[in-house]
Amino acid sequence: MRVALFITCLADQFYAEAGVAAVRLLRALGVEVDFPEGQTCCGQPAFNAGYWDEARPLARRTLEVFREAEYVVLPSGSCASMVRNHYPELLPGSREALELAEKTYELSQFLVRVLGVEKLGEGLRGRKVAYHHGCHALRELGVKEEPLLLLKNAGAELLPWEAAEECCGFGGLFSVKLPEVSLAMAERKGETLPEAEVLTSTDAGCLLHLSGVLARKGKGLRVAPLATLLWEAYAG
Amino acid sequence: MRAKARLYPKEAARLLKERPGVRRAVTGATLHFERNRLRAYGEVDIEAWRARAKAVKDHVLSHLDRYLELAERKLRENGATVHWAETPEEAHRVLRDVVARHGVRRAVKAKSMLTEELGVNPLLESLGVEVYETDLGEYLIQLLGEPPSHIVGPAIHLSLEEIRRLFHDRFGTPLDASPEALAAVARRTLREAFLTAELGISGANFLVAETGTLALMENEGNIRLSTSLPKVHVAFVGIEKLLPRFQDLALFLPLTARAATGQRLATFVSLIQGPGEGGPEEVHVVFVDHGRTALLHDPEAWETLRCLRCGACLNACPVYRQTGGHPYGYVYSGPIGAVLDPGLLGLEEAYPLPYASTLCGACYEACPVKIPIPKLLLAWRRRAVEAGLSPRLEGAALKAFRKVMESPALYRLFSRALRGVPLGAQEILPLLKAWTGGRGPLKPSPKPFHQLWQELEGEWTPGNGS
Ligand code: SF4
Repeated sequence: MRVALFITCLADQFYAEAGVAAVRLLRALGVEVDFPEGQTCCGQPAFNAGYWDEARPLARRTLEVFREAEYVVLPSGSCASMVRNHYPELLPGSREALELAEKTYELSQFLVRVLGVEKLGEGLRGRKVAYHHGCHALRELGVKEEPLLLLKNAGAELLPWEAAEECCGFGGLFSVKLPEVSLAMAERKGETLPEAEVLTSTDAGCLLHLSGVLARKGKGLRVAPLATLLWEAYAG
Repeated sequence: MRAKARLYPKEAARLLKERPGVRRAVTGATLHFERNRLRAYGEVDIEAWRARAKAVKDHVLSHLDRYLELAERKLRENGATVHWAETPEEAHRVLRDVVARHGVRRAVKAKSMLTEELGVNPLLESLGVEVYETDLGEYLIQLLGEPPSHIVGPAIHLSLEEIRRLFHDRFGTPLDASPEALAAVARRTLREAFLTAELGISGANFLVAETGTLALMENEGNIRLSTSLPKVHVAFVGIEKLLPRFQDLALFLPLTARAATGQRLATFVSLIQGPGEGGPEEVHVVFVDHGRTALLHDPEAWETLRCLRCGACLNACPVYRQTGGHPYGYVYSGPIGAVLDPGLLGLEEAYPLPYASTLCGACYEACPVKIPIPKLLLAWRRRAVEAGLSPRLEGAALKAFRKVMESPALYRLFSRALRGVPLGAQEILPLLKAWTGGRGPLKPSPKPFHQLWQELEGEWTPGNGS
C-alpha cells in the first residue's frame, strides 16, 4: 500500500516531528510513503475567514499535487476535515474534489479504519496522557475513539479531563481577531487540565496555542503531537 | 433595541478585563445547563426527535403563508384579535391603541425576546405606563437597567453577591439574604403588580395553526399570571413560531424543555386559545415580521428561522461562556445571535458577529432543530468579505498568504526567512503581535518537515528489510 503524506503548513513549520513520526510509523507498518512535492497549505485559514477566492487556488493546487495518490494521510484533524468536508463546498461540481475527499484521512483514523491497526506496541506504558479533542477532528471528521484506542492500547494512562472536548480557543484567525476571548478559552482548558506528563492532540494549531498559554501559566508539561506519541507507542 | 454589534471585539475584551465575575458566573451556569441537556438528550432517541422537529419546522417555513392564514382564521374564530406588524413601528401602533382605549397605567410582562427586539418597554414608558418584568431574572436586570445576557436566563451573568447587593440597595434586605428570601421580596412586589395591571404582555413559544393555540413555557408561574389576570393580553409572535398541528406540541414542548434546561417538560405550560371565562376580556395576537420574510427568502440563511430560542447553543458555546451575551450588542447573542443578527439587522450592522466563533461545532451538536450554525457562520463571513466589510490589513495579509502558499518556491523562501527572524522581532508584526501577547513567540521547528523529508528518504526504502 502506498500513502501520500500531506503535512500542511503549520505542522511543516512548527511540528516537523509529527511528519517524521508519521513517516516512520507508516513505514514500520509496511506502508510505502510519498511526500508529493509542491504541497503547501490546504487553504483553511483563508476559507474559515471568508476569503474563499484566496482559498480556492490553494485547494486546486492540493488537488493537483495529490491527484495520483491512493490515500492521502495528514497528521492534522482540521486540515483533513478541510479536504474531506470543505473542498467539495469550495469547489462545487468538482469531481476531483470529491475523489480527493474520499481518499483523505487523519493519521489515527487511517491506522484504525483503513489499516485495521488497533495496537502499535506498548511504548507508552504507565505514561499519564491528557488528550485534547481538536474540534474539527471530533465534530467534523468524527475522529474520537481512534486516538484514544491507540493510546490506551499502547499502555498510556488516559487521564479524565472535564474540558477534553471543549474548544481551546485557537480557531485560526480567531486567535488574533479576538485574542482576549481566545486566551480566556485556553485558560479554562489549563485550569481543568489533569496532572498529566504529556498533552497531545491531532492539531498543530491547538498545540501551539495551548503550549504557549500553559507555559505562561507555569504549567510546564510536555506538549506533543499525536503522531509523535503514536510513533513512541510503536518504538518504545 | 439599538444594535451595538459592531463593538463586539472591543466590548468582549473590556468585559473580560473589567468584570471577571461575569465569566465565572456564565461559565458555571452554562456548564450546569449543558450537563442537564446532555442527560436529558440521553434519555430519548434524540436523533430521531431532532430530525422530526427539523422536518416539521421546514414544512411550516416552506408553507408559511398558508399556515399564517389558517392561524389567523382560527384565532379569530376563538375570539382573539389578530394584527400584523411588519416593523417595530407597526407593532408599537397596536400597543398604543390598546393603552389608549383601556387607559392602561400599569403593565405586567412575561419574558420575551421579541419584545426586546421591538423595544416594547421604552415605548410603554414613553406612554406613561409602568412596566413590570415578571420573570425573576428579567426583573433583576430591569432593576439594573441592563439588557438580557442569555435567551433563557437573562440574568445569567450576575453572581448571587451582586443580586444581594442590588436588593440591599433597593429593598433594604440583609447582605447575606438567602436566594429564597430575595425571591420572596421580588414576589411581593410583583404580586401587587399582577393584581393591579390592566395589561399583560407576552411572547409565544409556539402558535398552533390548526387550532389557533398559543403555547407558553415557563418555570415560575409568572407567565400564567401575566396572561390571565389583566383584562387585556397582547401576545407578540414572530411569524416563524408556527406549528401546523396541535399534536406537534407533543414533540416540541418536551424537546424545547430538554434542550433549554434539561427538564422533561417545563413546570408550567399555558395553552391559550382566546379570551374567555377566568381569563382576559381581550386577547390580541400580533404577528411580527421584522425582517423575517426577507430572511426566509435568503437561500443560505433561512434555516435560522427554525430556531426555538431554547438557548442550548449558547450553553454549549465556549466563546459565549467567556463573556455572556452583552458584548454581542443585540438581543440575540451566542452562536444563534452570530447568524441571526446579520439576517435581522443586515450584515453591515452586525459585521463582526459571524467571527465570534471558532467554528468548533458544539452549537450544531446541541441544537434541537439542527440549524447548521457553523455552515451559516462561514456563509456570512464569505459575504462579509465579498461586501468589503473586513479590515483592509486582514485582506492584504490573506492575499499575501495565498501568494506565498501558491508557489512552493516562495513557500520555501518564507520558511527560511521564518527561521531567520529573531523571536523578539515577532512583536513588530501586527498580526503576530496579537498572537504572541499571552502565548509567547512562535518557535519554528529547527528544520521544516519538507527539508527533513530528504533525510528520511535515505532512511528506509521498501524491500531493504529494515
Ligand atoms: S439555534 Fe438551536 S440551539 Fe440555538 S437557540 Fe435556536 S433552537 Fe436553540
